[in-house]
Amino acid sequence: MTFPESNDRRKKIGQAVMFGLSKGISYGIVALLFLILFFIIKQGIGVISWEFLTAMPTDGMTKGGIFPAIIGTLYLVGGSMLFAFPVGVMAGIYVHEYAVSGPMKRFVNMMTNNLAGVPSIIFGLFGMALFVNQMGFGASILAGSLTLGLLALPIVIRTTEESLKSVDDTFRQASYALGGSKLYTIRKVVLPIALPNILTGLILAVGRVSGETAPILFTVAAYFLPRLPNSIMDQCMALPYHLYVISTSGTQIEASRPIAYGTAFVLVAIVLIVNILAALLRNYFGKKVKMN
Amino acid sequence: MSNKIETIDVNLHYGDFHALKDISLGIPENSVTALIGPSGCGKSTYLRLFNRMNDLIPETRITGKVLLDGENIYKIKANKIDALRRNVGMVFQKPNPFPKSIFENVAYGLRVNGITDKSFIEGQVEKTLHQAALWDEVKDKLKKSAFELSGGQQQRLCIARALAIEPSIILMDEPASALDPISTGKIEDLIFELKAQYTIVIVTHNMQQAGRVSDYTGFFYLGSLIEFGKTRKIFTNPSKQETENYISGRFG
Amino acid sequence: MRLRKITEPVFERLIKICGYSSGFIVLLIVIFLFKEGISFFNLSPVDEGSMLWVHNSNSVQELDAAQIKDIFDQKINNWQTVGGKDLPIRLFTLDEVGKAFTAEQLGPKFEYLPKCIDSYMDSLPGAIGFFPEKQTAGLLKSAKAVEVDKVSFSSFISDTEWFPTSRPAARMGIMPLLLGTLLVSFFAILIALPLGLAASIYLAEIADERVRKILKPVIELLAGIPSVVYGFFGLVVIVPFVQNAFNLPVGETALAGSIVLAIMALPTIITVSEDALRTTPRAMKEASLALGASKWQTIRKVIVPYAASGITAAAILGIGRAIGETMAALMVTGNSAIMPHSLLQPVRTIPATIAAELGEAPFGGLHFKALFALGCILFIITLIINLLVERVSAKRR
Repeated sequence: MTFPESNDRRKKIGQAVMFGLSKGISYGIVALLFLILFFIIKQGIGVISWEFLTAMPTDGMTKGGIFPAIIGTLYLVGGSMLFAFPVGVMAGIYVHEYAVSGPMKRFVNMMTNNLAGVPSIIFGLFGMALFVNQMGFGASILAGSLTLGLLALPIVIRTTEESLKSVDDTFRQASYALGGSKLYTIRKVVLPIALPNILTGLILAVGRVSGETAPILFTVAAYFLPRLPNSIMDQCMALPYHLYVISTSGTQIEASRPIAYGTAFVLVAIVLIVNILAALLRNYFGKKVKMN
Repeated sequence: MSNKIETIDVNLHYGDFHALKDISLGIPENSVTALIGPSGCGKSTYLRLFNRMNDLIPETRITGKVLLDGENIYKIKANKIDALRRNVGMVFQKPNPFPKSIFENVAYGLRVNGITDKSFIEGQVEKTLHQAALWDEVKDKLKKSAFELSGGQQQRLCIARALAIEPSIILMDEPASALDPISTGKIEDLIFELKAQYTIVIVTHNMQQAGRVSDYTGFFYLGSLIEFGKTRKIFTNPSKQETENYISGRFG
Repeated sequence: MRLRKITEPVFERLIKICGYSSGFIVLLIVIFLFKEGISFFNLSPVDEGSMLWVHNSNSVQELDAAQIKDIFDQKINNWQTVGGKDLPIRLFTLDEVGKAFTAEQLGPKFEYLPKCIDSYMDSLPGAIGFFPEKQTAGLLKSAKAVEVDKVSFSSFISDTEWFPTSRPAARMGIMPLLLGTLLVSFFAILIALPLGLAASIYLAEIADERVRKILKPVIELLAGIPSVVYGFFGLVVIVPFVQNAFNLPVGETALAGSIVLAIMALPTIITVSEDALRTTPRAMKEASLALGASKWQTIRKVIVPYAASGITAAAILGIGRAIGETMAALMVTGNSAIMPHSLLQPVRTIPATIAAELGEAPFGGLHFKALFALGCILFIITLIINLLVERVSAKRR
């Protein structure tokens, strides 16, 4: 059979064009990421100083620092993890170690999936209805932390489950063979091996929670509160909300632009640090586990 | 009978692994040649030399000559590789139809190689489905997905797909290992039919199958060709001890 | 040892309870969302504690929220338009009463106010009055109360106006918000899907392993940037860009929203479709190459069709992310709750509406409940999307 030879040439050219295009697009996306990071770092780095990080905002948030927002975010991250980490890890243990496959396990998995897919503003609505109103916490660090904790829960469950999956079954069997109970085996054998990966999940959850705005809008965030919170029943400022407020709804949006860039810089820095930390942890322990 | 394919001192390395060692062998035209040997002996790797499928695996080094109709296919220009692959059809271990209709599976090779004449394509699809003894089973559902066929039908479809662009050589990499005995029988009958027109090289680790379908047999062991000859001779009176051991089931 | 016999069952019980936590939370979300959301329906759209009155001789008995708003906006000027006699409509409010009567006439504690309203109303056959319930209910002889259509699910879904704070009657039609959300999200995916697909093809089939190991985590980093930072970036970079490129009065448009949401949807689309592409069996690719197809032909005609359901799941997931995205949409789409006609006009999405208005809606009031009803709609949409994704990926297996 004879085939048109021009077709082979066309195929070559077509392939070169399409390969080039997809390569270009891929690098374009990477370039876009760097553009966003570079832009925010370039505009924000000049604003960053010790004073900016440790001073109260002044002059209608056009001057001064973002100290209360940093502290507020720390409180919220800490509070949400205090809830989400133990509950999420235990839920992950249940799903992987206890739940026998079948409708129950499928149901739990489906619900975790659904929870992960719920938009963050819905968490905000829910937090307001349950914690702020129903339970009477008011807009407070407690209500905000719990709301953020719910949002972080599926992340922690998922990573815990994945970490447990990567623990070879022979470890469990060896412990059972020596007479270890199920819980003892999990506590003394499985968890120590899975711990680095679980911690990676914790770090990623911290990254996610520290940047969330919608869930804290009505549950904790204060527009302007130039003092540190007194108790967990107090409102507080938070970095992402602060960025939102001073870049959109202040009366002096232009004057507070530098503060906005500085705040965005801090948020981006948190994301970068968290991701690098997670990668390092994964790498370091990944090697160590392999060596054993 | 002349040799359709000839390899001279072929060596192949995957990274540090020496997969083929000094293989020299001539495969006669319009015959069925079976390559046998234990898993990992290099028989599949050897088969994949002839349509340069090994090129796809990174860190592969090949030395020696692979002659097809007298031309060294590892010396041809890059833009002739498509033409080479059109001339060498291949059937794989598991049926692997494309996620397309039965018709489009067979027409695929024609279309990607620039054939656009609709009636020609239709004629060619029907012809090759007849050749693959599949026409009567699928003629009413050509537009249906190929995944709806049974495993044995899928494999015959894959043979039709390879035949549609009229190659002169067909490589078969354990084509019946995933099939039931009845489907296997159909494939073997088909191989018998096809050898009048094609040079067929088949990799198998089913000794009975090699004995039934092939004219020539080559025995591979640890990357070397131990023995090559008429199938009847290899199976009844091998000249090497390893061959005899393998055939009589003492190892492998 | 004995202690462990007591603590272990306790711990295991605790683990089990935590295991059900996500199901429990989803259930709670549903309960709290829908409790507030459903109670929104069958409320009166008229300002709480207020009533509408017309002259006794007026044949109009009933008005809906849209008619009331048009009357008070003076878009409807004659009773004929709403099914009454040919008589000009006269707006009549408390301010006018305050001006027409002296402080003595009204009484030191406004105790004569109902009588004043009543007598004034009597002289205005075409009047529609808007008064506090306390001072009028059962006290007017010259006027009768207008029955106002309750908020219904069908009007919530189909009404094309969203004026939740308009007085005397709020209009709460979800249509402009829903269409705004869909417009922004679908256009975002229209941008992100081809780019994401190209990148996932490059990562899965073209790039060598070394390049892939570097590119992949970098692209995944895009998913880690907080949405408020995307919103801010959109505000200071993309919004002015859109404004200049199309010479618009404002840059905060549906298009700006779509671009920002497209960037945000990229990592999801790339990760999910790359995973799908990678499941293509090697033998299937080799079969295509062995027939003389080029690598690109193999990708286009075999690998992409094979991964089609995974790529569909990626697109649906991307749309889901875009629909639910709050902060970035809030910051760059311009927040104007009108029916969208083009990409170059400001729109407002459902999550952005909730975020922007909940803080100002009085607790437990009509507006507050309306926002929870919006939340219910959003929740249902994301639930459908989750189920769709599960369906599509189940088909793969």
